[in-house]
Amino acid sequence: MSPTAVSMTQRRVLGAYATETKYESLRMLRTPAFACPFLLLPAGLYLLFGALLFGDAVAKDPNMPLFMFMGFAVFGVMGPGMFGFGVSLAMEREQGLLRLKRALPMPPAAPLVAKLLMSALFVLLVMATMVAAAPFGHLKMSPAQMLLVSLVNIAGSLPFCALGLFIGTLASAKSAPAFVNLLYLPMIYLSGILIPMPASVKWIALGSPAYHLEQLALASIWAPHEGVPALHAAFLAAVTLVFSVWAVRRLKRPV
Amino acid sequence: MDSQCVAELSGVSKRFGKIVALDELSLAVRNGELFALLGPNGAGKTTAISLFLGLYQPDGGSATLFGCSPQSIDVRRRIGVMMQEAALAPELRVREQIDLVASYYPDPLSPEAAMELTGIAELGRRPYAKLSGGQKRQTQFAMALVGRPSLLFLDEPTAGLDVQAREIVWTTIRRLVADGCSVVLTTHYLEEAEALADRVAVIARGRLIASGTVDDMRALVVRKRIACRTSLTPEQVRCWPDVQTATTDGQSLRITTTNAENVVRRLLAADDDLQDLEIERARLAEAFTELTQEVTQ
Repeated sequence: MSPTAVSMTQRRVLGAYATETKYESLRMLRTPAFACPFLLLPAGLYLLFGALLFGDAVAKDPNMPLFMFMGFAVFGVMGPGMFGFGVSLAMEREQGLLRLKRALPMPPAAPLVAKLLMSALFVLLVMATMVAAAPFGHLKMSPAQMLLVSLVNIAGSLPFCALGLFIGTLASAKSAPAFVNLLYLPMIYLSGILIPMPASVKWIALGSPAYHLEQLALASIWAPHEGVPALHAAFLAAVTLVFSVWAVRRLKRPV
Repeated sequence: MDSQCVAELSGVSKRFGKIVALDELSLAVRNGELFALLGPNGAGKTTAISLFLGLYQPDGGSATLFGCSPQSIDVRRRIGVMMQEAALAPELRVREQIDLVASYYPDPLSPEAAMELTGIAELGRRPYAKLSGGQKRQTQFAMALVGRPSLLFLDEPTAGLDVQAREIVWTTIRRLVADGCSVVLTTHYLEEAEALADRVAVIARGRLIASGTVDDMRALVVRKRIACRTSLTPEQVRCWPDVQTATTDGQSLRITTTNAENVVRRLLAADDDLQDLEIERARLAEAFTELTQEVTQ
């Protein structure tokens, strides 16, 4: 008989991660119902509200161009992680694909790393479209500031990936989109990223990662912001840690 | 562990709540053999395979692959898997599905070679969602063997395949076994186990009912079948000693009996013009039915 166990070179293990990521990204790019809304909607809505409908008003208010840009950028960052992880993981769990991959010698973290990198790629594309649309929204930001905001937002997609991952381990394929929307939509409106919240209910936003990400992105370019940047970062890190650890523990159960 | 044993369940028990899925089941798959695991629905086949693959931990006993825990990824790099219920990503093309699985192994076949081997070379660029049920099974078969496994787990590999595709799968399995690959096959098609298996294990209600070669299994059933052209009617024959059933298809009289010699003697004595006499041992399907009937009732 040949040897009992077969090890793989580090290069081939990395290759397995790269292949998983490539096909995960291809899958999402080939799903128009996923790719189109998440790639085109943030910049599209930003142009609609920030340039076409209220362009004149935005131009007159010195704070408005930045508020609009940051709001729609964070809105764009939330979707790929929450839906990409949540809905697709729930489907893979329910339809047996995850079970097959676990039986095969897939590197254990490969599907999660692939989804994470796929989400980062989508967020990168979202930020690229937002940066391209920014001049039409009367935003004046240096290339270095654009880069900083983009990097903060790409890193800031992590807590949304963790939330999506958690829902993906919890919900069935049919109920996952509803569960994600149940979290996604209130988070958009109750975090004040698109519509300023009245001072009396602003405390609600403190529980939303979207609010903390927007404030952290503002702080990164020394723009006026609320709260302490380190606390915003700590909140986002805590959400990422708690929900990903919880989700990974759930994933270790038999499927 | 036997040095020739590549996969083993040793006294494993597995419960799901109050349901006992496996009850101190022991199975051993030898190097280079095709081992068919048979059992009625709910017998515990899928649970047994899941334990072999490390998808479940046994409540009692142990499961090993090549003498190691199936949880070890290094040991799983020596196995290929084809599951019945796995729905693959519909957005990927056939070649891409196989390429992805190939990336999990240290020295795989090229996707093209795997597709060639399984008769789906022309499907490489076809989106998986647009394949027929049979083509999907063939793609999954190519994925199972692309890693050049030493041990292959095949769960209902030919379900939904047409005769030609089934023949390709059977030929490929025989070739793999001839090259030294061990195969664990679960199937509802008993003629498939009969055609391919070196050894068979029959389980029911989580327990091993019988195991051995296909011939061993058939020999467990004493019943034989007799067919002949005769003027005798089924009604006349049915009341004879040792006759279990007697039917006619319009041309031949068909009898099942536990004592073929006595019945044949009486048939020949009763009809001088009797023709085309055939006696057949029980097939695996009959052995299976008889073995599992008592346990499942």
